[in-house]
Amino acid sequence: MKYFLQRVAFYLFTAWAAITLNFFIPRMVPGDPVQALITKFQGQLSSKAIESLYVLFGLDKDKSVWQEYLDYWNQLFHGDLGLSFTFFPTPVSEIISSSLPWTLTLVGITTVISFFLGTGLGVLAGWRRGSWADGLLPVTTFLSSVPYFWLGIIAIYLLTGPDSFFPSSGGFGSGLVPAWDQYFIPSAIQHSLLPALTILISSVSGWILSMRNMMVTVSSEDYITVAHAKGLSDRRVALSYAARNALLPNVSGFALSLGFIVGGTLLVEIVFSYPGVGFQLFQALGAQDYPLMQGIFLIITISVLVANLIADVAYLLLDPRTRKEG
Amino acid sequence: MSSTPVLEIRNLNVEYGLGDQAVRAVRDVNLTLHRGEVLGLAGESGSGKSTLAYGMTRLLAPPGVITGGEVIYHPEKGEAYDVLGLSDRHLQAFRWAETAIVFQGAMNSLNPVHKISTQLTDVLRAHRPEMSEAARNARAREMLKLVGIAADRMEAYPHQLSGGMRQRVMIGMALILQPQVVIMDEPTTALDVVMQRQILGQLIELRERLGFSVIFITHDLSLLVEFSNRIAIMYGGRIVEEAAAAAIYKDSLHPYSQGLLGSFPSLRGPRRELTGIPGTPPDLKGMPSGCSFHPRCPKAFEPCSTNIPVLARPDDSPRSVACWLHPVKEPVG
Amino acid sequence: MTIPTSSLEQVIPGQGSMAQPEAGKPTKAKRQRFRFISNKKAAAGLIILGIYVVVAIIGPWVAPYDPDARGNDLVQPPSGAHWLGTTHLGQDVFSQLLSGTRSVMFVGFFAGIVATVLSVLIGVTAGYLGGRTDEGLSALSNVFLVIPALPLIIIITSTLESAEDWLIALVIGFTSWSWNARVLRAQTLSLRRRDFVDASRATGEKTWRVIVFELMPNLTAVIASGFVGTVIFAVLSEITLAFIGVTSGTTWNWGTILFWAQGQQALAQEAWWWFIPAGLAIAILGTALSLINFGIDEFVSPRLRSVGKTKIKTVDGRTVRMRIGFTPVLSRSAAPHTHASPTPVIRKEVTQ
Repeated sequence: MKYFLQRVAFYLFTAWAAITLNFFIPRMVPGDPVQALITKFQGQLSSKAIESLYVLFGLDKDKSVWQEYLDYWNQLFHGDLGLSFTFFPTPVSEIISSSLPWTLTLVGITTVISFFLGTGLGVLAGWRRGSWADGLLPVTTFLSSVPYFWLGIIAIYLLTGPDSFFPSSGGFGSGLVPAWDQYFIPSAIQHSLLPALTILISSVSGWILSMRNMMVTVSSEDYITVAHAKGLSDRRVALSYAARNALLPNVSGFALSLGFIVGGTLLVEIVFSYPGVGFQLFQALGAQDYPLMQGIFLIITISVLVANLIADVAYLLLDPRTRKEG
Repeated sequence: MSSTPVLEIRNLNVEYGLGDQAVRAVRDVNLTLHRGEVLGLAGESGSGKSTLAYGMTRLLAPPGVITGGEVIYHPEKGEAYDVLGLSDRHLQAFRWAETAIVFQGAMNSLNPVHKISTQLTDVLRAHRPEMSEAARNARAREMLKLVGIAADRMEAYPHQLSGGMRQRVMIGMALILQPQVVIMDEPTTALDVVMQRQILGQLIELRERLGFSVIFITHDLSLLVEFSNRIAIMYGGRIVEEAAAAAIYKDSLHPYSQGLLGSFPSLRGPRRELTGIPGTPPDLKGMPSGCSFHPRCPKAFEPCSTNIPVLARPDDSPRSVACWLHPVKEPVG
Repeated sequence: MTIPTSSLEQVIPGQGSMAQPEAGKPTKAKRQRFRFISNKKAAAGLIILGIYVVVAIIGPWVAPYDPDARGNDLVQPPSGAHWLGTTHLGQDVFSQLLSGTRSVMFVGFFAGIVATVLSVLIGVTAGYLGGRTDEGLSALSNVFLVIPALPLIIIITSTLESAEDWLIALVIGFTSWSWNARVLRAQTLSLRRRDFVDASRATGEKTWRVIVFELMPNLTAVIASGFVGTVIFAVLSEITLAFIGVTSGTTWNWGTILFWAQGQQALAQEAWWWFIPAGLAIAILGTALSLINFGIDEFVSPRLRSVGKTKIKTVDGRTVRMRIGFTPVLSRSAAPHTHASPTPVIRKEVTQ
């Protein structure tokens, strides 16, 4: 429990650091672009919206930085991330809440599948050294060096077309309205297959390589020899003794990989015009829509922190040494 | 103690690696363990004593290879058989049920992520599938009690136990299937001297009660002199001397045995001057010609550097030595 | 019992082996450095990397065309005149690829150096000094570790007025040092407890001397591996930034090629020559760098080395595989041995 609270405290601290970073980044650059946009939309912006943008981007020269910082937090707690310029006058929070589910589903499902598939193959490759599983290594090395988005481009090039089952872009068929019905759900799944496959192929190799190396390292531990000496079946030694221990660093290595996978996913969304936050970020970049960019960065960071916390809980359950002494 | 053999190692050869790179770690070793005895195996690190122990149960990790030999096991009932000839399934059934091992380094012998109870009962699950869960747990508790650990430690994880307790758990685990042979590989090196003696004393007492045989491997000859019946000394992958513990202690014949005895203070018996052995253990890759000990031997003479001395009986007593100072009278079989 | 303050404290795959190098003898470092080159994976990686470096230097000069020069052959497939075809403006893709190599390699190496210097400063200081300094610096690297780097880099570069290569490299370098700092801290901590460091501290050596002369030589492999890893990350980041148009600056890199290919519907026109070569160039460079890192990993942790021969023939002609827990038995007969015995005379007396 103590360990868990420590982790929660750490993530709260990190969230604070990320938000503070998000507060300062726009202040390091001249406010001209935002000022220009505000001027452009002058007539259509309410005074409250202008006020909110002034706080977000530090345009009010009369306020002290500290006062701005407090206002910034106050605004965040009310869920106010400003107005988007691209989708004027929609609030940023609304755009994000409509696109976030797409990204979360895509990344969540593919990351879980990728982790289990990669870890499983890594166990095989590490335990049966010199067998067919070693043949995976050169392929996985190459695949893990390919940028996600390029693999997406290749997938579109090779697998989509007028007659293909796979759609090349979008999150659901044209003419459909997002709803939990028998028309929309299959279409959404069909559209997510290729992006998911792209992320899966790119990310699975990392898990294979790291799990394989950990299996090899763990295999020479004394308790593995003991397990063999006890006459346990090879299967039990491999899974309950070797893989069970090799899994621990892989779970704690999740933090690093997750940031990387999320980054890659944003790009895959762009290639496939998938309606998630990555694609929104891309559009925001093109339109210099700073409020939307800032909001998306914030929400991605917080999602990653939450995912890390979940990984920590999993670790806590897997490794008795982190539990409180009984 | 009877003189019926329980385990006979015949001409065992073990190498690490293949082809030209191969290193011969155990060379033509012959050794017999008798029913109910404690056989000590001593030597510096790299002498091949642990390789011998793991080799005879085929537990050596790659690139270890057994290049020849036989390990004849005499079960309590039935025909003797060669352990090296067993199929994988039979070997798994043989392991722990007939020959259990207490490994060096109590710290790493237990799987850190499983409870003590799981690690005790999975042996029973594998070897006695007919036992009920309750019976398995009862047996596990019984073993912990046998080695002096409270039954409530069943639910503990290895990191919650002290080094001494962990080693006791390992001993309890080794005896859970009542094997005939227990191999102990430096079982107490990680522990302090008091704990060492306590645990070994306990083990000897258990042996008298349960009647198993022990192969006790250590570099600490003074422990062997105290706790074993017979001692074999290894050097450079070969056994260089083998005799009753008392005989080794009082008048060892091989200069290496004398050197080993001189490197340790004895807890009991008369004071002696500690001398140690000059030089370093041989590199298994470039073994000296002739007797591999000759470069370090204070008594080396003309044949030592060219001819390998053979393990044989120097006189009529039941002891053998491989040294040109004690020429062969009768070959050892 | 020690409760890790962070799950990240655990040894991590791949780099995990770095945390506990088995080559414990610092004196042998020099001899081992030569052996590193003899590692096949590392050698292959270094050769490929060498080719890229050469192209980065001479690329812009040997390119057959000016990468910006427009021509009349629009979106043409590869031909004798244009080895890798042309773009929508008739620009030569091959020339763009050659010229773009310099920017990619520059950003990769520059960001790698920045991140490595930062990670050494922060990681080694934290590990060596311990105490409050360590806590503060560790918290800092943990924060940077869990904040997703790519979105952060995108946000920062998007606010830059002019996204020059060196500026992008700086941004990448300043956001990607945390991982190596962690590994270095752990490594320094374990080294600090070793005898030879204690000895030089006891003899009153100055702190910086201990760090530079005693610690650094033993951290070389970890630092090198971290550097290579950051170069991979930096290259991918730069190309990503160019691809999404954040840095559509004046210099060409492979990401710029992909940016135009994507923007000008190269896919719809089936203009494979426009986007495949740039991606392959990235993948091969990444593979080469990964190979170098595998080499370093295996050099530090010999266990990871791929086992040369895993199948062996027994005396009676069967083939057995080397595997954990079941040592192969080549021959069970007591007498014969595969090697010639060096003791011809005496042996005969004893063999049964």
